[in-house]
Amino acid sequence: MTEFSTESLPIVNRILKQYPEGKQKSALLPLLHIAQAENQGWLSAETMDYVASLLKIQPIEVYEVASFYSMFNLQPVGNCVIEVCQTGPCWLNGAEELLAYFTDRLGIKAGETTPDGKFTLKTVECLAACGNAPVIQVGTEYFENVSKMKAEELLNKWQLENKISHTNPYL
Amino acid sequence: MAKKILLDNIDVPGLASFEVYKQLGGYSAVEKALKNLSPDQVTGEVTKSGLRGRGGAGFPTGMKWGFIDKKSNNPRYFVCNFDESEPGTFKDRHIGQLNPHLLIEGMILGAYALGARTSFIYIRGELFYVLKIIEKAIAEAYKNGILGENILGSGYSLDLYCQPGAGAYICGEETALLESLEGKRGNPRIKPPFPAVVGLYGCPTVVNNVETIAAIPWIINNGYEAYSSIGIGNSKGTKLISACGHINKPGVYEIELGLPVQEFIYSDEYCGGIRNGNELKAVVAGGSSVPILPAELILRTTTGEPRLMSYESLSEGGFQSGSMLGSGGFIVMDHTTCIVKNLLTFARFYHHESCGQCSPCREGTGWMEKILHRIESGRGSMKDIDLLVNISKHIEGNTICPLGDAAAWPVASAIRHFRAEFEEHVKLQKCPF
Ligand SMILES: Cc1cc2nc3c(=O)[nH]c(=O)nc-3n(C[C@H](O)[C@H](O)[C@H](O)COP(=O)(O)O)c2cc1C
Ligand code: SF4
Repeated sequence: MTEFSTESLPIVNRILKQYPEGKQKSALLPLLHIAQAENQGWLSAETMDYVASLLKIQPIEVYEVASFYSMFNLQPVGNCVIEVCQTGPCWLNGAEELLAYFTDRLGIKAGETTPDGKFTLKTVECLAACGNAPVIQVGTEYFENVSKMKAEELLNKWQLENKISHTNPYL
Repeated sequence: MAKKILLDNIDVPGLASFEVYKQLGGYSAVEKALKNLSPDQVTGEVTKSGLRGRGGAGFPTGMKWGFIDKKSNNPRYFVCNFDESEPGTFKDRHIGQLNPHLLIEGMILGAYALGARTSFIYIRGELFYVLKIIEKAIAEAYKNGILGENILGSGYSLDLYCQPGAGAYICGEETALLESLEGKRGNPRIKPPFPAVVGLYGCPTVVNNVETIAAIPWIINNGYEAYSSIGIGNSKGTKLISACGHINKPGVYEIELGLPVQEFIYSDEYCGGIRNGNELKAVVAGGSSVPILPAELILRTTTGEPRLMSYESLSEGGFQSGSMLGSGGFIVMDHTTCIVKNLLTFARFYHHESCGQCSPCREGTGWMEKILHRIESGRGSMKDIDLLVNISKHIEGNTICPLGDAAAWPVASAIRHFRAEFEEHVKLQKCPF
């Protein structure tokens, strides 16, 4: 990514106006979400430097923030990142078995990407949907009460349509 | 049927739209307050209602508003904590997704009372789809003169924005939230100074939970007496309980504070009993951070009194035999549950979420996870169990923010009440479940 796309620019400009004069650094998290989406789902140094220049802050101020938050990927990811919740309430309702299903079917461990670059599997902590456990997230979408059968259906669908999970979350 | 204050109308189709919300009487509290009440009168109503913070700490809301530094010439901010990341808690999403205008109306009332001209709703980044629902509702409110310049001709103006987080439980801690909102790492600040004096951008700020804010319109519409007549003792009004785990009917329920726990778990109006006809083993009553209680202690106190869903009753017996209402994340476990394994998932959570500023929390959470992993996988020793207790004691009270305590309490309480199960793991050299 070298700059924000023409669809994203109006959103970026709207966001920049939300904060008082001189406090535009507040836009960092929203802008990183958009930048990541437009850079194949991860934040390269080049992408972060671009955001730093836009906000007129030092690149290090962006790196230290990007590395703090778990939604930001600092390494390349697959087209479709599947995030499986592992915390207590999901575990009580079969999250471990669900994760095992994904690792089996995709032939990768959590944290890895399939060789064809289509899928990345990630474990995440509580997604705040515990009443419908187990829960997974793909892009901005939640999938709840995910049985193995439902997981199978979803995976087949994503495989067919070449699912891309990194889309501008504001659009 | 219990009184519904927050979830009244929640099933009405289209409630998220301005028209439907308005038709059902929405924004009448804003109209009433901006036309007939002074900011101090709004604060007074909230104070006298007895409303307490629903984010977990239960601090009296009106009193918190009263701390706002009025001598400062800086702008003031009112910020909504929609970080909702405490495991077992999923109530704020319910409001934000289905009734965003209720949250907006509460935000306007709070901001008016505090004299804020700009307000933010900080929402966890995973919930972007809810952020978009709220942003749409905000745009409708602007269009209808409920937000922006000179609201309803009252002379009062307010701008309201949504801000996403990006995956960090610690940003639910209010000073970490403010750091994050300033575009920084979510490192909690040392208090004092409190946000009411030095908050967002160094200005006086109040942070409240979604559910707290959503209760305000009803209080303004119906008066503080109506609100404080609901509930029991110092637990006034209603509370959303996120019920999950091994129950027949998981979901978000609005209860009148004071409801017996027994009724909440077993009646069909709420959880509908334990799934598969199983036996109740344990409950974490207020989100993962509060002490776990075994069945006999969650249903009754040690003096044999029925345990009630209230701040006082759930904490009766202190940490020896009680717990806390916390965020109302009610996690139910049946007799097939391995307490050690469940605890291990929590320990991993706190280790993952520690911001790393304080050594006891940064290192201790990692050690606890490692040792629990050892015990769960059958490689633990009896000494490990005492070591866990020891570590938890050294974290508790020795950190900048309460995340350290939140990591220590589940460990200490699980061993206090289920020590035999830890020992069995050690003796069998494997998990008995
Ligand atoms: C580690 C930690 C996480 C927290 N997470 C949340 C949260 O997700 N939502 C929330 O409203 N409060 C959370 N809190 C409590 C806030 O610090 C603060 O007390 C609350 O937002 C105040 O609002 P209230 O008085 O309306 O409850 C958390 C506190 C700690 C220490
Ligand atoms: S207690 Fe833990 S989370 Fe809180 S400030 Fe210290 S290291 Fe960070």
